[in-house]
Amino acid sequence: MDGAAPLFRMEGISKRYGGVRALEKAELTVEAGSIHAILGENGAGKSTLIKVMAGVVAPDEGRMMLDGREVTFASPGAANKAGIVCIFQELSLIPELSVADNIVISDPPKRFGMIDRKAQRRIAEDALARAGAADIHPLALVKDLPLSRRQMVEIAKALARKPRILILDEATSALTAADVSKIFAVLKRLRSEGLALLYISHRMNEIAELADHCTVFRNGRNVASYKAGSKSDNEVVELMIGREYSHIFPPKPPAAAANAAPRLEARKLSWADRLDNISLTVRAGEVVGLGGLDGQGQRELLLAFFGVLRGLSGEVLIDGKPVTITSPAAAREDGIGMALIPEDRKTEGLMLPMTVRENLSFAALDRLSKGGIIDRATEQRLIDDMVGLLAIKTAGLDIPVGALSGGNQQKVVIAKWLMRQPRIILLNDPTRGIDVGTKQEIYQLMRKLADAGAAILFYSTDYDELIGCCDRVLVLYDGAVKRELVGAEITERALISSALNIHGEESPVGLGAEA
Amino acid sequence: MSETTLGGIAGRMPKFIRRADPAVLTAFACIVVLLLVGSLYSRSFLSPEYLLQQLKVASFLGVIATGMMLVILLGQIDLSVPWSVAAGAMMACAAAAYGPAGVVLAIPFGIFCGVLIGVVNGIGVAYLRIPSMIITLATNAVAQGLMVVYTGGFSPQDSATGAMRYLATGFTIPGVPNAVIIWALIGAAMVFVLTRSGFGRAVYGIGNRERAAYLSGIDTRRVVMIAFAVSGGLSAFGGVLLAGYASKAAQSMGDAYLLPSIAAVVLGGTSILGGRGSYLGTVAGVILITLLQSILSVMQMPEAGRQIIYGVVIVAMLLLYGRAPASR
Amino acid sequence: MKDWRYWLAEQRGTLLALGIFIVMFVIYTSNHPAGFTANVVQTAANKGVLLAFVAMAQTLVVITSGIDLSVGMIFLLTNCLASWLVVGTPMQTTLGVIAVLAAGLLCGAINGAIVIYGRLQPIVATIATGAVYYGVGLLLRPFPGGSVNEDLADAMTGRFFDLVPASLVVLLAVVLLIWVPFSRSVLGRAAYAAGSSETAAYMSGVPIRRGKFAAYTLAGLLAAIGGLFLTFFTYTGEAAYASGNAYTLFSIAAVVLGGVSLFGGKGSAIGAIFGALAFRTIGDLLFVFDFDPLWQPLFQGVILLVAVSLGAFALFRVRNRLEWFL
Repeated sequence: MDGAAPLFRMEGISKRYGGVRALEKAELTVEAGSIHAILGENGAGKSTLIKVMAGVVAPDEGRMMLDGREVTFASPGAANKAGIVCIFQELSLIPELSVADNIVISDPPKRFGMIDRKAQRRIAEDALARAGAADIHPLALVKDLPLSRRQMVEIAKALARKPRILILDEATSALTAADVSKIFAVLKRLRSEGLALLYISHRMNEIAELADHCTVFRNGRNVASYKAGSKSDNEVVELMIGREYSHIFPPKPPAAAANAAPRLEARKLSWADRLDNISLTVRAGEVVGLGGLDGQGQRELLLAFFGVLRGLSGEVLIDGKPVTITSPAAAREDGIGMALIPEDRKTEGLMLPMTVRENLSFAALDRLSKGGIIDRATEQRLIDDMVGLLAIKTAGLDIPVGALSGGNQQKVVIAKWLMRQPRIILLNDPTRGIDVGTKQEIYQLMRKLADAGAAILFYSTDYDELIGCCDRVLVLYDGAVKRELVGAEITERALISSALNIHGEESPVGLGAEA
Repeated sequence: MSETTLGGIAGRMPKFIRRADPAVLTAFACIVVLLLVGSLYSRSFLSPEYLLQQLKVASFLGVIATGMMLVILLGQIDLSVPWSVAAGAMMACAAAAYGPAGVVLAIPFGIFCGVLIGVVNGIGVAYLRIPSMIITLATNAVAQGLMVVYTGGFSPQDSATGAMRYLATGFTIPGVPNAVIIWALIGAAMVFVLTRSGFGRAVYGIGNRERAAYLSGIDTRRVVMIAFAVSGGLSAFGGVLLAGYASKAAQSMGDAYLLPSIAAVVLGGTSILGGRGSYLGTVAGVILITLLQSILSVMQMPEAGRQIIYGVVIVAMLLLYGRAPASR
Repeated sequence: MKDWRYWLAEQRGTLLALGIFIVMFVIYTSNHPAGFTANVVQTAANKGVLLAFVAMAQTLVVITSGIDLSVGMIFLLTNCLASWLVVGTPMQTTLGVIAVLAAGLLCGAINGAIVIYGRLQPIVATIATGAVYYGVGLLLRPFPGGSVNEDLADAMTGRFFDLVPASLVVLLAVVLLIWVPFSRSVLGRAAYAAGSSETAAYMSGVPIRRGKFAAYTLAGLLAAIGGLFLTFFTYTGEAAYASGNAYTLFSIAAVVLGGVSLFGGKGSAIGAIFGALAFRTIGDLLFVFDFDPLWQPLFQGVILLVAVSLGAFALFRVRNRLEWFL
């Protein structure tokens, strides 16, 4: 690095969410006139890092320097004023307003106190042209644009704010190939204009083409920083892997239920543009993992099985018989016996202000009732069983479930479904944001349930878990199953390289990949 | 206030206090204050006869507020109360004009009409997902239109049946008006449903987080639908009782019950956002509102002053404990 | 360029309401015994503008994805107030008009403050404030009565150049002086943005609270202009509970007919005006076709029910059922 003060520097930044470390003494230096790529697995701390930079979250410790002067940002607006503009994954566009309205939203041009629509239009056209999206009409409503166009508007909106540092967090994830090349041209031009660009992407080829400099994050720390092109893909993957702790996983049975009858099957399941011809089988006694980068259709697949999605095409079979499940109520019925541990326990799994008791029995009320009246003795007995089985730590059954720790809340979510003795269990990233001890218990429990004959479909963003828990793993990419890994094939290297859709040493199984 | 501290404090308190919402205690405290204030104006304010009379008046509001509470627990609202009340009263009286069979069927028919209004509300809210305040305003307008057409714009001429009068003004147990007994029975049923039945749990669950309730396999739409139907039915039954009390129905008899029924529920500590509240609180709210009305009339406060005081009291109480969380 | 297409798409709700209104009005005047005369238009305009003002008021609040169930009562209150104050010399009359409008602004500001800074649900808050406003109105006019500066009233309800109804001219002026500046101001845009997606608006640094507050406050002002006109037509003030409720209800119907989304962020007060005029014409149609006026409330109720149900069609496009619960 040069002798002059860098444009922007972060030193010793740490951030914790509850008990979970998101960032641990992270450092980053950003130079003007360069494109800096940030790499790392899911949960390596990349998003927290840029949230700190963009003023969305405040760091617990550490300092940030802009032009060599220490700065703090109280809000995204403050960071914007300092010249740091971030394009987040979740869009910040207002659907009912026009493209031009959105581009100037933070600081519209004014004339006689009113918004100057002509000037606004000029600014918008200019910004769209700079973003290489002149095909988007400034008067079009954002809600009428497809996702890829919205992403371009988002980029134009960022450019209109005249940033010095522009952060792109997976900004190309929804774009078409043509757009990506346009954006790349724009980004290269911005670099030549002296902007600093921070680029976060999982697509290795993009990084190879764009980046001047790369920093790899792992477990909330920057573990390596190198000049782009100085390391091979495999070396990069190597840097991203490698953890300081490893979990203790329950032993897998030798020939994991390979001969058991298929319990849950999907045949050519497609939905909207999120699921693409997915076929899979889960047998009784088997734990099947869903891998891949976050947001490749794993959540939608679980929701599709659980009867939440409308307009599915393809077939779902339970015990070899085709079924049509149109609601969670139908999915939990006796003949099907499905349970879903949902993505967000606070909004989808639990009613936080309600008591532990009420939450535990909520999915099994029909079983606990006679003539619509809850049989309190049965309820108490089953709840006691569950609290014992999962070792739920709570001060009592009649306190709000929101008062429990994250791990115990998650146990309540699982327990409330186990009260129905489900035959098929779908888990959507059940260990996210909970402590290591509880994670171990959940791994043990999963295996125990499988051994007792349940069919388990398990989505996790943590590759260690997939390796440790699953008999088979299906890696999804762009809504399609790109690869199936069985037994000893499930390695971190194989998981990451197939998740990034780069071909590792093993050849991919082209399941449903013909789209 | 974070859930953790809430749970921590609650866990250390004796059970009966832990179960009692501060809002319910506040409401009961306000009742005591009102009684004291009232007794300053008039000696007879604390006499058993007067209090019993208040309870009787309160029971009409109590029946209507019971239905309102069920809907508010879901996080919805029922603005069709005015004409559900009126339709129940008018249709019951109208049925009475059709010979002996009509007399027998008067009360069920009145309630049935209310249920019908509630079912339309329920379909709109649960299946068409129209905001409840809009659809219930619309059904209120339709019910009003139907009643206006039916009565020809005049005060309805049919009188209440003997049974209706007996329910509203008679005595089965000496000293205890029947209306009070009816409210007590409906209230007991409501408490039982809310605390002991799967339906009641589902109502609280939906009010807290409909998404989580749906993903738990609850047929949330059916529950919402039933709740609105019950609300409509109870409003109409309230109307039937009111018609019995006044011996006949009147055009705008329900108007005076919309704001008080919402106020009673909300002042009793039921969250307007749904999911939280106890029937005990609603009882307190109903008595509180009734006493407030009574004192204002003892003070010979004109209608204008009553409306102003209502509105101000409700806004003030809501600002005290009915606010939405500070940040998103 | 195809700018006009985007303009058309944006104004679709408004134009549809305009279309409905024109069709109804043509049917109305062609069946009216007097036909399309200045008199008929004047009478229709005078009836229509009352609801138009209240509907504009409702639009402002609905755009922020709120609702104001007290508009009808502000309308009554200002009517009662005007029947005391808008009298006497031109100077006194002017001051009276200003006072009435200020009262409307105050009512709106109270609603806004309670909803935005007090963080209460708009629906309960405005029902309660509505009771207060009605109470104040009743206090001012326990019995119908009072008077108004008749010269002003006649001028406002008469015709300019014996042709154009004065009330329509005032309506146009209000649109140009209040609605257009608001909708093109930063605050107006903030109101739209907050109604459409409060999170996105927050992330973009939009002044959400000030925008909403401005919307509620101006809604009070518009309702007060309506109240003023009611006084000009009736020469009296009257605190009629049923009438206040009816105006609140009809304002919602007019807003829906005018293409304003009840979920916020979309629509124009001009659409709501046409919605209001169309809604009023429905009543007049029943009259020219010799329907029993008794059927009018039912007819209006059914129209409202159908209008609010139309919005539900968007539901069938939802492909992820979890979106029902957002």
